Amino acid sequence: MELGPKVIFTIGKVTVTETVVWGWIFTVLLLLFVWRSTRRMERVPKGAQAVAELFVEVVYNMTGDAMGKENRDKFAPYIGTLLAFIVPGSMLGLLDCRPIGADLNFTVPLALISFVMVHYNGVRIRGAKGYLKDLSSPYVAMLPLTLLDDIFFPVTLAMRLFGNLLAGVIVMTLVYGGLASLSAMLGSVVPFFQLAIPLPLNFFFDMFEPVLQGYIFVMLTMVFTSNAMAGKD
Amino acid sequence: MSHITPEAFVLGMSALGAGLAMIAMAGVGIGIGFNAGKTVEGTARQPEAQGTLLKLMLVGVALTETAGIFALIISIILMYANPFIGSLS
Repeated sequence: MELGPKVIFTIGKVTVTETVVWGWIFTVLLLLFVWRSTRRMERVPKGAQAVAELFVEVVYNMTGDAMGKENRDKFAPYIGTLLAFIVPGSMLGLLDCRPIGADLNFTVPLALISFVMVHYNGVRIRGAKGYLKDLSSPYVAMLPLTLLDDIFFPVTLAMRLFGNLLAGVIVMTLVYGGLASLSAMLGSVVPFFQLAIPLPLNFFFDMFEPVLQGYIFVMLTMVFTSNAMAGKD
Repeated sequence: MSHITPEAFVLGMSALGAGLAMIAMAGVGIGIGFNAGKTVEGTARQPEAQGTLLKLMLVGVALTETAGIFALIISIILMYANPFIGSLS
């Protein structure tokens, strides 16, 4: 059983996998959607513009709730980008493709971007000295522990998204394979058991799980950023 | 018993280790159950806070799950990446 993403083509030593190609496709689709929804803007939105405005409003409200009104306009674009990329990208199981979140090469860079953002903003707001003081609060002996905590933040962030989606991929593969062999056992060429039986699992692993994991990814990013900015005194 | 090759032994033991790693899920199950139970308790006490509680519960469940996800990744590595087969020779 092969678990990794399929390799589409290779250029020299660079291998281009399914994940990368889907990433390109989603980038182009998002750009097209943004271009189309803002091309002829009207006062009363309809069609693509209404969808875009709804999404922007939801993201801005969420960021405002989690990080406070004064940080909202600064961080909402990043949060919205993460959501717009992670959630539909992880729903690819609906098209019988591999979700792009089920690849460490996708989740680790996102987690690293969040990691850099957390500490950059901590240093920017608190100053280098004040931020170091925050890390070593309540006393200096705690510094290794808080550093360990901060280093493991991107690791858990990446592993959570990857592990959940990979588990979904494995379970769906097993279920579809089992149903196919069950209908082959009854002497049918068409795997008719696959018709409607896996639907609840599809709903859970391909629609509910991506939304939940994307929400948790951005929620933890926002909580850690506002903690780093708020200081500990 | 003398005709078990070293490769087969390592593969079998890796599969056993993968199974043992998933024992971590017991703790995760207890944690998630505790989480959900407390949420129900809170909702019963204060029904108007249900939306907030549900949101907090989902975040808590996902955080609890992380330990289990690590165990899952370790067992997947043991089963499919076979890290110990290279140290045989």
